[in-house]
This record gives sequence, structure tokens and C-alpha cells, in this order.
Amino acid sequence: MLETSADGPFVTGKVRLIHVVGMHARPAVKLTKLAKRFQAQISIRASETADWINAKSVAKVMALRAPRDSTIEIKAHGEDAEAAVAALIDLVATDFPDTGA
Amino acid sequence: MMMRADVAGLSFRGRTASIGFARGPFIRISAGENGERVAGEPQDEALALREAIQASSEQIAELASAAGGEAAQILEFQVALLEDEDFIEPIFADISQGAAADKAWSSALDEQIADYTSASDEYLQARSSDLADLRDRVLHILRGGETQAPKIPKTPGGAVICADDLPPSRFLEIDWSAGGGLALLRGSPTSHVAMLARARGIPMVVQLGALPDAATALLDGESATLELDPGTEQITLFERRREAHRKSRASARAILRRPAATWRGERIRLLINIQRVEDLEHADAQYADGIGLMRTEFLLSGPDGMPDEETQYRVYDAVLRWADKKPVTIRTFDAGGDKPVAGFTPEGEANPFLGLRGLRLCLVRPDLFKVQLRALARAAMRGNLKVMFPMVTLPAELEAARALFAETVADLKAEGIGAMLPELGIMVEVPAAAMAIGDFKAAFFSIGSNDLAQYVLACDRSNGALGTLMDPLHPAVLELIVRTAEHGRRAGAPVSLCGDMASDPHCVPQLLYCGLRELSVNAPSLAQIKQTIDRLSHGGSGG
Repeated sequence: MLETSADGPFVTGKVRLIHVVGMHARPAVKLTKLAKRFQAQISIRASETADWINAKSVAKVMALRAPRDSTIEIKAHGEDAEAAVAALIDLVATDFPDTGA
Repeated sequence: MMMRADVAGLSFRGRTASIGFARGPFIRISAGENGERVAGEPQDEALALREAIQASSEQIAELASAAGGEAAQILEFQVALLEDEDFIEPIFADISQGAAADKAWSSALDEQIADYTSASDEYLQARSSDLADLRDRVLHILRGGETQAPKIPKTPGGAVICADDLPPSRFLEIDWSAGGGLALLRGSPTSHVAMLARARGIPMVVQLGALPDAATALLDGESATLELDPGTEQITLFERRREAHRKSRASARAILRRPAATWRGERIRLLINIQRVEDLEHADAQYADGIGLMRTEFLLSGPDGMPDEETQYRVYDAVLRWADKKPVTIRTFDAGGDKPVAGFTPEGEANPFLGLRGLRLCLVRPDLFKVQLRALARAAMRGNLKVMFPMVTLPAELEAARALFAETVADLKAEGIGAMLPELGIMVEVPAAAMAIGDFKAAFFSIGSNDLAQYVLACDRSNGALGTLMDPLHPAVLELIVRTAEHGRRAGAPVSLCGDMASDPHCVPQLLYCGLRELSVNAPSLAQIKQTIDRLSHGGSGG
């Protein structure tokens, strides 16, 4: 979804975390590694009331403590924002596969 | 916790982290602290920390590449943390304010460790030992330790290593080639080091509390006991338990190797579910009677978006070649519901579980569906392929899919490409389909008990708050299973069940009583389910 804010246009998306133990070390490492491949500034949060955190920081992503079945919201702005959101949604939706990511 | 002191040696009980037995010398290892660092100028301190981080990264990378596999993945978290600017920058900010590198580093890490340790979640608590590992490694270098990894002296064969907690990188530095075991005063069964111990078959017991020094030890990972300086009687009993354990494992393997499971004189087919081709690498997969469910959604999440016909064909062909003459049931794309796929599944549905998902979605996207059907029609020439459609409500949907498939086969033949229509079946997961099961002209049925239960009980299966309402053994669910099984028997169409119930030993007896004779389980559950059926047929309780 394309929206606009004070920072200019940004892309958002949502995905359910199906990983059996929630957002733990291995999923968090995979998510931040993937996020770092994009130029876009990417933020995520695990509930509508929470602060957005930097998706490229493994310490912050771990600190989300997102449990299984929580909805992860993703927001990105920058040139490749759309691709970044799509890739991250894909990673979470496919339960952090070991290959291809 | 101390249990008894009346026999020759002391016995302690903890929690099992990895099953197995070790008998040998008792060796304590500790973290080993150097003195504190005297703070230099801020820029020197910053440089020292940068170098220590760099050296630590290299040590961890070296350990990871030597260990490979799961161990490497575990160590990746530590490397990721060292590369995390949001995490590292505040530490350098402290240093620029005059803090010594070691103090700034350890207080930042200690804060994180305290945060993880206080978490209510055991998995998160367990991560604190990874952080302590990282803290100590960097500190060791900052406080003048060599930049080489601190080596633990080579341990004698079969030694029982005792530590407060043991980080994964230290575990990997120990030479386990001659066996041995791990006894931790604290630690957790869900820690990374516990995963490593299980992967290596090293017995490990955690949360033993305070332990005295001793010369020798017996570690029993099954009963979670550690016996120190044991007497001859303790050793005899220990060796007896070790032997019983070995025999019981051998008998579970033996059951797996038997060609067929039977119950009341009828053959029970045990198939496996696979998510992706790599699942076939599980050591027990070869003992399955075939593949009862191969999911294909993983194909939709590749780096290049929708997979082309050739990519899909290669995957299906690989699975059929693996299966040789055994049946392989491939389910067409089951996207939607809780499995959204960007660019394929609809967005903004108010209730995706009741929306355009499974076969419904494929039928409105024939452009994408036909690519899969072409690949499947070609693969059908290569082995015993069956294809099933998910989320079918009406017979008309099955017939529409069949017509599209037949058209695809005709197209391929016209192009001179070998293709055939495989046997077609449906997933039984919509209650209406189960109620009107006799209307479907399917060659086989596969009960998707996860979705069937959630639709029958009106319970979102991912909503933990519903607790016991979500009961797959509810009589209404079982009645639909019976109905489907009876229809299959009358119509001569095999009926299997591929949901989580099939992999649950507590549900298996009910499923057999419902009339099912085919179950499709996850490969790691195969031995246990076969053993459950074996016990049932020999008059056991099945527990």
C-alpha cells in the first residue's frame, strides 16, 4: 500500500508471524540481513500501539518479542521501498526458509 | 537439588537438555577473568573496542565455518549483533563521554542480558547465554587476552564437563570426539548450546544448582541426574540404565524398519508430509509408504517471484524420482487464508480464511494455475503422481479444475510434449464438502483436519485465546471424518488424513476407530506414530 507522510511517500504491509517460537534469534537474524540488502529505511512493529523500530537492527528486532501469530507491520521509504516490503513479507509469510533468502 | 547422600556418592537432579549417558572424569571450567582495563583517551578506547569487535567477529566466523550447519546459524546471531549499528553506536557514544571501552561494552551487554533473563519467555531467556558469550569474548580481548580464542585444555575422553552456563562458542571449542557430557548449574533446555548438544548426541543436564568438586561423574541425560564420585553400586545401576536406553532406541528403529504397520489385521499406510524437497533428507523419510502431502506454496516464495514451468517441473520430478514407485500426492497452490503471497492472494479481505484461497484462488487465476498444471502433467509421466486440490466446497470446483487440467494435457500433447492426467483428489476441509462427500467424483480424499476443525468449531486455529474450544477430537469433527472414511470405503477411494492430528499419538487411536487406514505425518513423527499403532495392535493403551 502506498501512503504519504511528512517524510514523503512510504510503502506499508502486514504479515502474520507463523514461526513457532515467534521472532527469535534465527528469524531476527534473517529478517535484519534481508532488510540490510535494501537502501530504503525500513521500520517494523508488532502491534498497532507500539513504536516503530529499525528493521535493520537485530537487537531491536529481538526486543520486539513478537510472539507467534502476531501481526508484523512493515513500513519503508526510499527508492526500493516497495521491493523491500514485498521481500520482508515474503520472508515472514514463508516462515523464514533456510534457502533463497 | 540434592536427592540423597546415603550411598557412596552424591546425586543431583536437574532438567534434561539432551538425552544420553556419559561416565568419566568430572571437569569444571569457568569463564576466567582478567583484570580491568585502565581507560585511555576516548579515541584510543574507541579504537580498542573496534579492534576487539573485529577480532571477535573473526573468531566467531572461524568457529562457525569449522562447525557448520546448525552451529553456524546459532553463531550468526552474535555476528549480527556485532554488526548492528543501533546496538553498537550508543556504546561508542559512552566512550566518547570518557567511559573505558571494557566498562562501556559490558554495561551495554549486561543491560541486554538482564532484559533477556527477566523475559517471561524461555526461548528469550535462553538467548542471554549467547549474549554473555559475546560479552566475555570481547572483554577477554579488551583486557589484554590474546586475540586467539581461549582454548579449553583438551578434555579426556568421556569427561563430564561442568560449568555455570556454557555459551555455544565454548561448546564448539571442546573436543567431543571421544564422547562426554555436559552438566550445567544454570542453563536452559532451549538454549543454543542444548540444540548443539542434541545435534551432536552429547548428553546434557541443566539447572543442577550448586555442585561440589569431584573426581568422577555419571551423567544420565534421560533421568536428568548427575552422580558425583559414584560407588560401584551406582555405576552398576547407571550402566543398566544406559543399556536399557540403547535397547529401547534400537526397538523404535526396528519398528520403523518393519515394512508395514497393521491394526486389527488391516494395513495402515503411513505417509509423510513435506513442505519442501529438503524434508526428504530426514533420516526416517525413507521408511514412509509414500508422500501423502507435498505442499507447493514454497515455490511461490522464491527470489524470482512466480516459478516458471521448468522450475516447478524439476522440483516435482526430483520428488517423484526420490519416491521411485511409491505414491506422491502433490497439492496445488494453497495460498490465501493465513498464507498470503504478494502479487497472488487478494489484499484487504475482511476474513481471508473464508475468502479467495486454495482452489478458489487458482480458478480465478488460470494464467498462474495452468503453469503449475503443465508442470504436474509432465511430471505425471515420471512416477506415481496424484494431485489434490485444496479448499474445495462444491463438486463443480473439482470439475472445473479437472477440465482445465485435461485441457492443459491436450495442449502439451499437441506441442509434442509427453504429459498425462494424474489421479485427482480433493482435500476435505470445508464442512460442506465433508457433509456432501458422496457428490464428489474424486479418486481419493485427504482430510485436512486443521482447517476442517477450525471451520466446524468456528475457531480461528491461530487464536491461542480460544484454548480448549479448539479441540480436533470434538464429536462433530470426528463425525465428519467417519463420514468421509465410510464414503471412501464404499466408493473404493482411499481416504487419508494429513493434518496435525495424524502426528499426535493421542489422536491416532481415535482416527483408526473413525475408519481411517492412511495417515500422513511429519517425517520426525513417523517412528513414534508407527510405534503407537504397533502398541495399539498388541493390546497396549497406545500412550
